[in-house]
Amino acid sequence: MTNQEALVNYCLRLADNNLILGHRLSELSGKGPFLEEDIATTNIALDLIGQASSLLQYAAEVEGKGRTEDDLAFLRGEREFYNTLLAEQENKDFAVTIARQFLTDAFDYFFYDELKKSADARLAALAEKSHKEITYHLRHTSKWMERLGEGTEESHRRIQDAVDNLWRFTGELFEMNEVDEILLKEKIAVDLNVVKIQWDKLVAEVFANSGISIPENVFMQRGSREGKHTEKLGYLLAEMQHLHRAFPGVQW
Amino acid sequence: MTMSTAQDTQGLLWEVFVQSKPGQPHKHSGSVHAHDKEMALQNARDLYCRRSEGTNIWVVPASEIVASSPEDIGSFFEPSNDKVYRHPTFYHVPEGITHM
Repeated sequence: MTNQEALVNYCLRLADNNLILGHRLSELSGKGPFLEEDIATTNIALDLIGQASSLLQYAAEVEGKGRTEDDLAFLRGEREFYNTLLAEQENKDFAVTIARQFLTDAFDYFFYDELKKSADARLAALAEKSHKEITYHLRHTSKWMERLGEGTEESHRRIQDAVDNLWRFTGELFEMNEVDEILLKEKIAVDLNVVKIQWDKLVAEVFANSGISIPENVFMQRGSREGKHTEKLGYLLAEMQHLHRAFPGVQW
Repeated sequence: MTMSTAQDTQGLLWEVFVQSKPGQPHKHSGSVHAHDKEMALQNARDLYCRRSEGTNIWVVPASEIVASSPEDIGSFFEPSNDKVYRHPTFYHVPEGITHM
């Protein structure tokens, strides 16, 4: 694998996380639990899709094969997506949506803080901008973890169930492969072991404040680094990509 | 309250005041629903401050605002026009003074 291939893959990994999670959240637009939260969720979706757009543009540039950001978003198949399994999980109820978002925000908060120091100036600049948005997302979702955890008996049960179900997808967040190895040498990538220490600490803190227990002895699912996904991603892509595929090059 | 049952799930009503720049007064922007202070602040930010509208936000429970009633118009607001000295019309505002 060349350095260039590694950088393209790295950008796709980050872009796909934002794109797929942003799309998931956008499914809730107009369906939030109440008007203000509907807008808050949609705002987060917009932030994520905006971040995805910048990263896909950069991936397309580095790749240099004449593909555009739209080609990358709408014309890749399921096995060519590198978003985490966590990002593609369905919304189900509000507790699942919040738990998925919180676990991601906590990761992104520390990840993008480290990425600001990247030797790749473009990634460092994107990280700088993204980190401001993520700081707000994390504030929003960690408060909701507390509210649901400490709310009613039902909200507590639902948020604990959500965490129990999603926990098996958190292991691969910190998985590093050849791509990371190559880019770590160039001081472009983030050392995910560093992020893991910070993530563990923050998640434990927020869970403690929320009366949520950390699941134990969970078998961790993996595969997204090689483009292997849960069955959820295919359905999401079908919906996200169908317009672009049905009307190639369509604009509005 | 005789409003719809939606009131129960949306939380309390909060009034939102946004300061556009440091030093400027906070101005009423609108209202939001929220279940607690932090949620009110975040909802206000999401609704009223996503496009660089402000530098600071106040949120106040709508129920805590004391308001005059329409019947007070006469006694509260109609100035005694015969007492001209009450009106600040006898001096000039120096040039360069803003926000008066």
